[in-house]
Amino acid sequence: MSPILFWAFSALMLAFGVSVILNRDPVASALSLVASFLCLAALFVGLDAFFIGVIQVLVYAGAVMVLFLFIIMLLDLKAEKRRSFNKFALLGGAAVTALFVAGLLKVISAFPAGAKPFPALGVASVDDVRQVGLAIFTRFNLPFQTVGVLVLVASIGVIVLSRRQLK
Amino acid sequence: MDFLNDIPWMLIAASIAKTLFLIFGVVLPIVSYTVYAERRVSALIQDRLGPNRTGFPISLFGFEKDLQLFLGGLGQPIADAVKFLLKEEFTPAHVNKFYFWLAPVLAMVPALSTLAVLPFGNYLFGQKMVVADVNVGILYVFAIASIGVYGIVLAGWSSNSKYPFLGSIRASSQMISYELSLGLSAVPVLLIIGNLNLSQAIQYQIENGWLLLPFTDGNLTLRELLLWIPVLISFIIFTISMFAETNRLPFDLPESETELVAGYHTEYSAMKFALFFLGEYAAMIAGSSVIVVLFLGGWHIPFLPINTLESSTTPAGIALGFLHITAFFAKVVGILLFFIWVRWTLPRFRFDQLMKLGWLYLFEIALVNIFITAAILALVK
Repeated sequence: MSPILFWAFSALMLAFGVSVILNRDPVASALSLVASFLCLAALFVGLDAFFIGVIQVLVYAGAVMVLFLFIIMLLDLKAEKRRSFNKFALLGGAAVTALFVAGLLKVISAFPAGAKPFPALGVASVDDVRQVGLAIFTRFNLPFQTVGVLVLVASIGVIVLSRRQLK
Repeated sequence: MDFLNDIPWMLIAASIAKTLFLIFGVVLPIVSYTVYAERRVSALIQDRLGPNRTGFPISLFGFEKDLQLFLGGLGQPIADAVKFLLKEEFTPAHVNKFYFWLAPVLAMVPALSTLAVLPFGNYLFGQKMVVADVNVGILYVFAIASIGVYGIVLAGWSSNSKYPFLGSIRASSQMISYELSLGLSAVPVLLIIGNLNLSQAIQYQIENGWLLLPFTDGNLTLRELLLWIPVLISFIIFTISMFAETNRLPFDLPESETELVAGYHTEYSAMKFALFFLGEYAAMIAGSSVIVVLFLGGWHIPFLPINTLESSTTPAGIALGFLHITAFFAKVVGILLFFIWVRWTLPRFRFDQLMKLGWLYLFEIALVNIFITAAILALVK
């Protein structure tokens, strides 16, 4: 990946990420998150991980965020816009962020592989779709099926809960 | 500045040339003439004439009527475009300005971006006729198509009035629902082909016959005959879902004029309205192209062997290249005419009927179809 593209998309992604929390309008926040996801997908594509990049767009930007936006628009959250900054919440947030950054720095400095550049990949292009499929259906078959059952339970639970409210 | 040398300038130039040729040379002219065809075909079906007057100002000696060719209104799309550009661009006072201006762009851009992975020809001037030959082609198409709903949702919401909002709610629930059957109905095809790359899909169909017409390679085996049944089912589901995804009649609930004025683009005028219009037709072309690539052999012409000459820059190779591009877009135009024919034949669904069709029938049939295909693939060698 060209370094120019990497820096451009990283900067854009971070800018949109910041705008998710700074925007007072929930619709603007949601759309910034979508833009941030798209930039993340571009970074994945730059690393030749086409499958993950496309799934990022398909699942998060195309499905999850559309539903989020849909709910936000239906609820029409005007109160959210009027809410001002809470000083204590800001202070707490800053403290948590500082702790997180400190922890991250400590972990990275203790991780020796991060000090030197990674060796170049032997194979120029990997058939990532096939590799992901093989990994899911052989080595990680049990976790994959467990997740499937969990999702099924969750969706049945949602149907049961919403049915009860209708009565 | 050594990283400037790493940039593949030739590749970028070739990609830009291909993109410009595809969008401005082929797709946008097809879009404007599809609108014209829509009006002429609807007139034909309803026993009217349609726009048959607007011609081109051509002249032999500079006099007004010295050369009279009957062009049957072929100048109509140009007149329409001029009208859209010159009309008053009115932005109502009650709208959310930023999103109101953003929405038409978001409706147009995804529809055109989908075309990037579609192989629309074999070789031309020694270049492969696909802008981005990625190994996740079909997933990319679905991903970008799912982004397309933002334009409609934002248009309805930012307009701040009843009808657009109802239209955009309908559009988003309809598009999310039919994305499922669209994706699932493509799975049997991908199982048969064994690859997500669209160029490989065409390569498979050249070697084994088009999926929908398996005899086009000259022989018909029992396996192909058995697989033809699930392929036909997925073709029907895929096409129906494509109608719903592109908001075409009989599923044009988001803009049904008898209930919602014009749905999500009620408040739009002039070129902003035209962008929604063009986006819808561009999405139709993209959808038809995917149908052609997955089921109808892409640019392949049946019983015409692929000549290695084509990848060269000889005149014969270039002619063959153009022939294949023409074949691809001829198939696309065929599907587009089918879209138009259906629009002026079937009445509109009711919204609950639409949801029932998507969730209770198409979704289940597509799911069962995957198992049937997998069983045939595993049992019949």
